[in-house]
Amino acid sequence: MRELFKDKEHLVRMAGLFGVGLLVFVVLRGVLIPADFGDLGHYRASALDDNSSVELRFAGRAACELCHDDVAAERAKSAHRSIACEACHGALAVHADNPEAVFPERPEATPLCVACHEANVTKPAWFPTVIPDEHSEGEACDECHMPHAPGFEEVGSDG
Amino acid sequence: MTVNRRQFVLASGKYLVMSAAASRAVGYVLAGSPERAPGYSAHDHWWAMAIDIDLCIGCGGCVRACKEENDVPLEPFFFRTWVERYHVPEGDIEHPMVDSPNGGYDGFPERYREGDGSKNFFVPKLCNHCAHSPCVQVCPVGATFESPDGVVLVDKDYCLGCRYCVQACPYGCRFIDPRTHSVDKCSLCYHRITKGLTTACCEVCPTGARTLGDLKDPSDPIHEFLRTNMVQVLKPQMATGAKVYYADLDGSVR
Ligand code: HEC
Ligand code: HEC
Ligand code: HEC
Ligand code: HEC
Repeated sequence: MRELFKDKEHLVRMAGLFGVGLLVFVVLRGVLIPADFGDLGHYRASALDDNSSVELRFAGRAACELCHDDVAAERAKSAHRSIACEACHGALAVHADNPEAVFPERPEATPLCVACHEANVTKPAWFPTVIPDEHSEGEACDECHMPHAPGFEEVGSDG
Repeated sequence: MTVNRRQFVLASGKYLVMSAAASRAVGYVLAGSPERAPGYSAHDHWWAMAIDIDLCIGCGGCVRACKEENDVPLEPFFFRTWVERYHVPEGDIEHPMVDSPNGGYDGFPERYREGDGSKNFFVPKLCNHCAHSPCVQVCPVGATFESPDGVVLVDKDYCLGCRYCVQACPYGCRFIDPRTHSVDKCSLCYHRITKGLTTACCEVCPTGARTLGDLKDPSDPIHEFLRTNMVQVLKPQMATGAKVYYADLDGSVR
């Protein structure tokens, strides 16, 4: 037996090195891997909170219609009823949060209308389009159409 | 307790007009601050999107809204969602002409002629939020993952920027943000859907061509959409478990 462990020096060193290596690995792993890694899957569970705590820019039409119920009523039966306010007015969460502090500009109608209604071969056939130059002859679209209720039957005027 | 006029109108309006979810959403909006969603349980939802090709008018509103809501760089190489224009010469579905000037951000200047026998339509694209994502499988550090509610998300603090996932995505939906050198992609507006709001792109879509849906909610209109339309996902042969469902998708779309 003694014969067998006569030259044990190198074995002890190996075991020592291995032990230190293991210790370093365990400590590093503990330090580097976040505590919540693996709680839900192979990722940091708190990454879900990181993703859900981004600031809102679009308030959503429900918020606008709470305060602007007059505009909501004006639009309720119009051809534009399905369009959200912020599709035309732009992101206005800052205004909805604090209407006194942020007063939104009124958007210019014509470029908005043209972006959606200009004739284009690729647009589906059901969608009403116009060739702006021929249709309005340079006049602004809101000279004749009301942005919130663009059709004529629903306001009862002849344009 | 004293209640002023504005508070009274707000509170009563909320309960009269809106469902519970919508009034909760408005609560968040009016509170202003970016907050996590305490009442939200990820396990009760399974998010998907429904896209109706015949309703898309190519206005680009979704592209602009997405960039604004999610602070995506404005250069024309970075998109979380974009719109493609397809021009399919009659019968030749193997050789469609596809373009997407600035992702559709500025709309689509006319390029084709009426009556040349071609078929023309727009295809809005975004991350397909695959249930078995190739991009998640290749991430070496667990910085991208499928959330319990079926959204493929990025952990930007943890991302190394190694670009494996950019190459792995069969739909080309990922990019490296030049400011942070971390990968970025559609998060299905996770900060909105967890608060009862819809995504920015669906919010501004004027025709309802794209709508967010919760497959775990039996009353969600997406079930009706899936039942009553002929639907397809992109690249079904890749078996990615894509959850963006297209109605009336042409065979030429890839
Ligand atoms: C908390 C209530 C509130 C909410 C929510 C709200 N607004 Fe307002 N908004 C106001 C008030 C108050 C004014 C100022 C009205 C005035 O002085 O005539 C205003 C003014 C405006 C104006 C300018 C009106 C003008 O005369 O030029 C626009 C446009 C507007 N809001 C759009 C929106 C949109 C779009 C939303 C949804 C994102 C929204 N508002 C949400 C209260 C609100
Ligand atoms: C189709 C695009 C469009 C949509 C959708 C739209 N607006 Fe407007 N809105 C306009 C334009 C353009 C003007 C500016 C009109 C002007 O200059 O007189 C305007 C003006 C306003 C004004 C100020 C003038 C007024 O009529 O009181 C308010 C307030 C307003 N919008 C609120 C809203 C709200 C709230 C919604 C959603 C319920 C909404 N808008 C939806 C295009 C739109
Ligand atoms: C965000 C896209 C968008 C914008 C911006 C927009 N529209 Fe519309 N418009 C629509 C949609 C969608 C309809 C509904 C079409 C339908 O359901 O048949 C519509 C319907 C109409 C109609 C009714 C057509 C009919 O058959 O009754 C008119 C007129 C019209 N828009 C004019 C305008 C004018 C003027 C403007 C600018 C103030 C404008 N639109 C801005 C999307 C838009
Ligand atoms: C001089 C008044 C006038 C101006 C300016 C005007 N329109 Fe019209 N528009 C009309 C009248 C009247 C109709 C309804 C009769 C018709 O269908 O041609 C109409 C119809 C429409 C329709 C529905 C077409 C359809 O096929 O149902 C759209 C869309 C439209 N206009 C968009 C616009 C846009 C966009 C602009 C701005 C570039 C604009 N209009 C400017 C008078 C005007």
